[in-house]
Amino acid sequence: MAYYEEDELERFSEIGKHRPDLFEKFMAWYQACQEEGALSRREKALIGLAVAHALQCPYCIDAFSQSCLEAGSNMEQMTEAIHMASALRGGAALIHGLQAHKSVKRVSM
Amino acid sequence: MSSVLPVIQPALQPQPRTDVDFDEQLAAHGIELRAATVESLQVNVGKLCNQACKHCHVDASPARTEIMTRETAETVIDAVRRFHMPVVDITGGAPELNPSFRYLVREARAAGARVIVRHNLTVMFEAGQEDLPEFFREHAVEVVSSLPYFLEDRTDAQRGQGVFKKSLIALRRLNAAGYGKAGSGLTLDLVYNPVGAFLPPPQASIEADFKRELMNRYGIAFNHLYTITNMPIKRFLDYLRRSGNEERYMRKLVEAFNPTTVDGLMCRSLVSVDWTGRLYDCDFNQMLELGVAPELPQTIADLDPARFARRRIMTGSHCFGCTAGAGSSCGGAVAVNS
Repeated sequence: MAYYEEDELERFSEIGKHRPDLFEKFMAWYQACQEEGALSRREKALIGLAVAHALQCPYCIDAFSQSCLEAGSNMEQMTEAIHMASALRGGAALIHGLQAHKSVKRVSM
Repeated sequence: MSSVLPVIQPALQPQPRTDVDFDEQLAAHGIELRAATVESLQVNVGKLCNQACKHCHVDASPARTEIMTRETAETVIDAVRRFHMPVVDITGGAPELNPSFRYLVREARAAGARVIVRHNLTVMFEAGQEDLPEFFREHAVEVVSSLPYFLEDRTDAQRGQGVFKKSLIALRRLNAAGYGKAGSGLTLDLVYNPVGAFLPPPQASIEADFKRELMNRYGIAFNHLYTITNMPIKRFLDYLRRSGNEERYMRKLVEAFNPTTVDGLMCRSLVSVDWTGRLYDCDFNQMLELGVAPELPQTIADLDPARFARRRIMTGSHCFGCTAGAGSSCGGAVAVNS
């Protein structure tokens, strides 16, 4: 069995085989989130791309890379979004250094 | 991956494979595709071009020799005069390279037609073409030019190394002649094609980007931006097949089928004529050698707009390219809501 095969994204609806009521609610919510609103579809696609990288989800990275292109974004903009996600992940790890400092301080003279 | 069954089409050239038939898709929505009028005669003067773009549905290049003769051009003008054709839309290849190009423009204008030229910008740097901006201005030609993006790498990836920089110089020359400038009455429209196997973004949003970026970065103005979907035929179909994208791209087009685009499809208001004088429902059908319905006259010499106005349109799986999302035509998106 191979993980993360390309056609699996298109088979997403198979998740609804069990408890379809929950899957339908999820899909309605998911679709509604992506509609044009106070944020444009392009902005939402860039947010999606950034989050996909933070989550390191290959399905979402593929889907939102395409969404970004079809919303009119270019690689420069997409790369900035990816850097934002990566910087936040890096910063979130680094700020935990304070926890290490506290831990070390607690047992140090 | 879902299986893909080929749909047999009457065209002589390879068509993309889909598991849904276009006519059946129309029928499922209660749509019968017929022309509404003959507003525009789109004249493809041949396959000769100074460029060889990777997405070209014509397969045009400097090596192609198929171009319209003067005799056929005169037959075209005769039809324009006889039927008071409102719009003559001249394309290629690079139509300017045809020796009869300026004759067609002058005579179509003299006959009272609006004349649109699909101008690739870089042909302006070919020998004898340096005065094109002035020629266009003299005859109030509406210029429609491809510029797939406002950045160099994506434009050159589709249209060839160095094309972007030349295109900017050409656009500045058109601006200097008055094209794209408010109040000049000289129209300069641009065309966006996706640089790859994906659909175009919403036209209004990418037009706003182009206007801002072309002005801020390069000081260039234009009137409208048209988004056109890459048509899965000829060179772009070859790319889809080579890159393993054909099935995915065609599934995308089929899933994005939008019945509200059908009313605005270009085939409903134009007739296309090829370099030999043969008639088609659109330039894409022309490249597939899929002529007008067999019960109709087949050549420009026998064109009868009264019979063509309500004609049935010949279709194939490539037609999903014009009905996907916001739709696609020579004038860009055709539906407001995708």
